[in-house]
Amino acid sequence: MTLPTPDPASDPAVDPASGTIKLDAGPAMQPVSPLVENWHYFTRSRGAVLGLGVFMAMVAIAVLAPWIAPHDPAVQYRDALLVPPAWTENGRAAFLLGTDAVGRDILSRMMHGARFSLLIGLVVVTIALASGILVGLIAGYVGGKTDALIMRVMDIILAFPSLLLALVLVAILGPGLFNAMLAISLVLQPHFARLTRGAVLAEKNREYVTAASVAGAGHLRLMLVTILPNCLAPLIVQATLSFSSAILDAAALGFLGMGAQPPIPEWGTMLAEAREFISSAWWVVTMPGLAILATVLSINLIGDGLRDTLDPKLKRS
Amino acid sequence: MLRFTLSRLLLIVPTFIGITLIAFVFIRMLPGDPVLLMAGERGVSPERHAELMAQFGFDKPMWRQYVDYIGQLLQGNFGFSFSTKQPVLTEFMARFPATLELALCAIVLATVLGVSAGILAAVKRGSWIDQATMSAALVGYSMPIFWWALLLIILFSTTLGWTPVSGRISLTQFFPRVTGFMLIDSLLSGRPGAFRSALHHLILPTIVLATIPLAVIARQTRSAMLEVLGEVYMMTARSKGLSPSRVIGLHALRNALIPVVTTIGLQVSVLMGGAILTETIFSWPGIGKWMIDSISRRDYQVVQGGLLLIAAMVMVVNLTVDLLYGLVNPRVRHK
Amino acid sequence: MALLEIRNLTVSFETAAGRFHAVKGLDLSVDAGEVLAIVGESGSGKSVAMLAVMGLLPATADVSADAMLFEGRDILALPPRERRRLAGREMAMIFQEPIASLNPCFTVGFQIMETLKRHTDLDAAARRRRAIELLDAVGIPEPETRLGSFPHQMSGGQCQRVMIAIATACTPKLLIADEPTTALDVTIQKQILDLLLRLQIEHGMALVLITHDMGVVAETADRVAVQYRGRKMEDADVLTLFENPQNPYTRALLAALPENAGDGRLPTVAATGNWELPA
Repeated sequence: MTLPTPDPASDPAVDPASGTIKLDAGPAMQPVSPLVENWHYFTRSRGAVLGLGVFMAMVAIAVLAPWIAPHDPAVQYRDALLVPPAWTENGRAAFLLGTDAVGRDILSRMMHGARFSLLIGLVVVTIALASGILVGLIAGYVGGKTDALIMRVMDIILAFPSLLLALVLVAILGPGLFNAMLAISLVLQPHFARLTRGAVLAEKNREYVTAASVAGAGHLRLMLVTILPNCLAPLIVQATLSFSSAILDAAALGFLGMGAQPPIPEWGTMLAEAREFISSAWWVVTMPGLAILATVLSINLIGDGLRDTLDPKLKRS
Repeated sequence: MLRFTLSRLLLIVPTFIGITLIAFVFIRMLPGDPVLLMAGERGVSPERHAELMAQFGFDKPMWRQYVDYIGQLLQGNFGFSFSTKQPVLTEFMARFPATLELALCAIVLATVLGVSAGILAAVKRGSWIDQATMSAALVGYSMPIFWWALLLIILFSTTLGWTPVSGRISLTQFFPRVTGFMLIDSLLSGRPGAFRSALHHLILPTIVLATIPLAVIARQTRSAMLEVLGEVYMMTARSKGLSPSRVIGLHALRNALIPVVTTIGLQVSVLMGGAILTETIFSWPGIGKWMIDSISRRDYQVVQGGLLLIAAMVMVVNLTVDLLYGLVNPRVRHK
Repeated sequence: MALLEIRNLTVSFETAAGRFHAVKGLDLSVDAGEVLAIVGESGSGKSVAMLAVMGLLPATADVSADAMLFEGRDILALPPRERRRLAGREMAMIFQEPIASLNPCFTVGFQIMETLKRHTDLDAAARRRRAIELLDAVGIPEPETRLGSFPHQMSGGQCQRVMIAIATACTPKLLIADEPTTALDVTIQKQILDLLLRLQIEHGMALVLITHDMGVVAETADRVAVQYRGRKMEDADVLTLFENPQNPYTRALLAALPENAGDGRLPTVAATGNWELPA
């Protein structure tokens, strides 16, 4: 196999005027700015771009739901109980994805459900991220007995299967959307604490931290301004993972009757109501689950794209 | 290796104390009077109330209650179920084999398929096989598994009629319970069709429960393999002129398995959460379903005892996996 | 006939910033039994060219040449199985990071005996004896016990000796050493280089030594090839190169030796002129 020989015109080492090789030609390739480079790597993955697109669409749907949903999600049409999707035999054009057992339009409920799911993800990740980073920073930076104690507590939380712990917490606090969010935040927080602590420990003894400390930086500044920004990559990736975990866990709690309570159109709660119609009305079961799948999948795709972008080891030329 | 083992064992002790503390605190965190909570809607007469308070020791100071609680645990007393009046430990042991059988089948399936898929995807990086398996894995852990279970039931049980909807064995089969594992007991009983029935009942729940671990193991194996494939010692192996199958199957895999062992261990906790959902949908009589039912029945002694037992079990499994990791990683095993 | 003959070798990779040519039109030849040093700065493509010869480049690399002949055979045209027969037996390579070069999960003995099993007919006992012989030949004390050691239990210098043992196990005709001492202590560097040269003379191997250290070149090489940005700048026997370098880049490299620093600064490679592109 013969390759085209490298074109002297495009070789930065070659002086265009005389056709000779410059012996001090500088870097072999022009470096690009980090943001451009990261965006380039991110968009190299079609999956990541697709995920971003779908997620943006979900956000748009959630925000605009009150205006773009064809029906009010709470209205029960007595003459349209368990109507199949519009493209099937007995379907009706007014109800694109059909109706549920009490005659509510599934599409509208799903659109409004997006608001709850995205809200859950946002709130849970914010709480877990903030508290986890705080705890992890303190543990990693202070070290010693404080570190040991904090990590023991994290280990104890992690010793319980997360769904089980969330269930028990909700049992204590009482079922409901808000309590479910709190419970899930608590369960997800140790991941952030551990990550932050690990990153802080790795960075703490690096030269640039010592340099900043010698230059007179106080503890708070060292923690937040010097060390933390260098630990961000794994935290960002974990945040996307936790976002999708939160949505799935909230849906699971809703399915078990412990999360958002009916008539809130949370997707998991919708599935709980749909369970008895497995054999008779498949669309009541399938649709809300598809919504969960689409949302979580798009977030995971974004997370994957971010991981590939931010992890230097995987950058292969 | 010995030091590693000992250090791991020592680490467990404070964590174990911690989970007993949490289990203990749990009942006392519930709003309302503990005796009334346990009595439920029926309520109790004032005399019975005082009796129960004394019996359960709720009138003693907190620390005293905790010490008594630990004492009871050490004697194997994990409380009593309010609905069945049986000891919690007995109820747990009766249901545990069902969950164990399901979990074992699931983890074996997940490991075998997951590792194979991960190796294949890593070796054929960037090809359609890689993209297809990784996409499938991504979908696998992006799905709510209770929905996945319902879909599979719609397809295989309702529409195709291939598999049953619930339970561990057909209602027409009766045989003595020896090990608690349906697969083994049905074989031992020698009854025609018993094993087949047990297998049929096991298929869908196993697939559902195995889905997330399979997806995660596949992805982890692929990423571990990719990292290993980029190491210098892989170039050494190839420079020796070894066959590709030996280079991948021995030199790479042996190293990649080290982080994968940890991953498999982490999936045990996930499996427990998944078991709760799976057992609920398939009416599988294991500890997951037991916990859910007890929570809704407000059988709080069961919830407390079950929580503790499950957490302890997960810790033991994690410890085992930790030790396994120490065996598998030469840097730990040979200091 | 030269042992290894390369004509117009080009190697390129696809990267985020476009196609990168690591090696551009390289001509090189190595005679049996001679020591060739390939010198150049980082990014000159010196390792990539030799990896291409061994067949160790990833699938993402595009390799093409007018000829790549080993003992007269075109190795680029060989089917992969034939090429794998050459690697380890006729030609071998050692790398820059000794501890990372050995598989952490297998003992040193296993890794040496593996090569023997692949390329020779020796039985297990004979392989073991040979492995001990090899460890002894590369200067590892107590070779019998060392067979059961893992790489992380040994120092960098010892690991490099093991690598040399593995590479010379089947007495190859060509040994490529890619910066074998860069990652080692200065005191160990000399020992390893001496070992390489001794083995080279004993077995009559051709040795290709890739390095950026001109001092090493002066002491060990018969001939020198200078590379810059994927191209060969100069190719001469070592005495001629040092006494009368033709290429301005070579002159600049030699001037950059610490001995030549005057006024407390090293002379730079800049502004020493341009070199005509080969036709």
